[in-house]
Amino acid sequence: MALKTTNQKGWLFVIPVVILVAFNAVIPLMTVVNYSVQETFGNNLFFWQGIGWFEQVLNSERFQSSLGRQITFTSIILLIEIPLGIAIALAMPRKGAGVSVCLVLMALPLLIPWNVVGSMWTIFALPEIGLLGKGLNALGFDYNFTRQPLSAWFTVILMDVWHWTSLVVLLAYAGLVSIPDAYYQAAKIDGAGRWAIFRFIQLPKMKRVLTIAILLRFMDSFMIYTEPFVLTGGGPGNTTTFLSIDLVKTALGQFDLGPAAAMSLIYFLIVLAVSWVFYTLMMKDEVE
Amino acid sequence: MRRYTWLVPTLYIIFLMLPIYWLLNMSFKTTNEILGTFSLWPREFTLENYRTIFTDSTWYNGYFNSMKYVVLNMVISVSVALPAAYAFSRYRFLGDKHLFFWLLTNRMAPPAVFALPFFQLYSAVGLFDTPLAVALAHALFNIPLAVWILEGFMSGIPRELDDTAYVDGYSFPRFFFKIFIPTIASGIGVAAFFTFMFSWVELLLAKTLTSVAAKPIAAIMTKTASTSGYELGLLAAAGVLTIIPGAFVIYFVRNYIAKGFAMGRV
Repeated sequence: MALKTTNQKGWLFVIPVVILVAFNAVIPLMTVVNYSVQETFGNNLFFWQGIGWFEQVLNSERFQSSLGRQITFTSIILLIEIPLGIAIALAMPRKGAGVSVCLVLMALPLLIPWNVVGSMWTIFALPEIGLLGKGLNALGFDYNFTRQPLSAWFTVILMDVWHWTSLVVLLAYAGLVSIPDAYYQAAKIDGAGRWAIFRFIQLPKMKRVLTIAILLRFMDSFMIYTEPFVLTGGGPGNTTTFLSIDLVKTALGQFDLGPAAAMSLIYFLIVLAVSWVFYTLMMKDEVE
Repeated sequence: MRRYTWLVPTLYIIFLMLPIYWLLNMSFKTTNEILGTFSLWPREFTLENYRTIFTDSTWYNGYFNSMKYVVLNMVISVSVALPAAYAFSRYRFLGDKHLFFWLLTNRMAPPAVFALPFFQLYSAVGLFDTPLAVALAHALFNIPLAVWILEGFMSGIPRELDDTAYVDGYSFPRFFFKIFIPTIASGIGVAAFFTFMFSWVELLLAKTLTSVAAKPIAAIMTKTASTSGYELGLLAAAGVLTIIPGAFVIYFVRNYIAKGFAMGRV
């Protein structure tokens, strides 16, 4: 990293960014904080409520089960996508025309609007007309994602793997191509096996990009809304109602401003806390 | 074992292409055929679904609306992120680390949290239902991302470049636009790609901040799916058309991306 000089002029350069982001972040966030501590009976009349909404949300079974589902979902996603992404990146060609073809085709799912991803998977997985649904039923599985919780979970997870594994692949691949050939030659001279090369050369060199991949996948899967909403609408029942779906139902559907705001803040703080841990770990490595 | 490694990416790509193929397949079928028979390719090939989209203004305007705010957002995000990223990579100033982390926290804010306050805020300032509202709202998560990416690229460029330019008598703006920006062109490409991507795919905020005039294509699709029964063929055709801009963008920036990723940031 280049040596930095102390120069307060730096502030001039960041002013436009600060203004724009503050407009978008501080005002809405204060609105949310405002709602979270007040009770309203309409007509723009507000009463001080204190931490009542927070207690109510944290103690409600509904929030707890949404949070539980969210944690389960995110854990499964990370456990599948990170190893799978690494494996695919390791198997990708390093040079030649194949690289471009792989990169372009793999990046394609990343650029499809999220609700189109949902619609596409609905069409793909419906038992009557979808290739996946029809195929699984023909193979003897009793599969119907609109009625069975297990099928719904399977479909939501498969959809997310389809949608986001490429991001992990691209990041891991970037880490791999940045390893100089000399490392591999040295490993060859030492007689290192395939596993040793992975464990002691490739994995450490990928550590940085993998932290970014895990961070991004954690944040985005924890905030997931559109794809499962279009695919299952949170159902059957509430079995795929993740935090964001629950929140939008409370805020825009039932217009319960207080509980929704309290829930928003709790939600945001969870993402923030976990991300902060990742970020600190990442920055610690950078300094070393 | 080495000989079979090509199988892994190949199988993965086939897995990626299957749902896309199925969407394409459906888009060329009539509603009757979709609901009546199950076939791996369209038996009664029709372009009717696409014709509807290209002739009905509510449909094609949706594409224009989406493109408007995506491009606007890309321009805003990258142009304000450039000087900020420069400051973060070159200078040490009061609160710089905290500011950087605060910016990143906005990338971590669930859009669902901001949907309602954004609606109120943009209604209050009279921007509701304009492309600018969506572009500014998307700046919330795209500016931090752009700053983060660009800072990574800039830190990879030695300070000597700046110093040499000053010795040669370049003023700061001239140095910045004539020398520095061309040097990090690939970084700008990567940042532009990612801001495009996240603005193009986001729907919750875009839908919340628009009603009629600036409604994005993705929101029109959701509405069609829920109101006019189940016009799956039409929905599939609209879906196929939303994939095309993304595919174009990836194709044009593919070399930058490979290069950009190689620098280890994003």
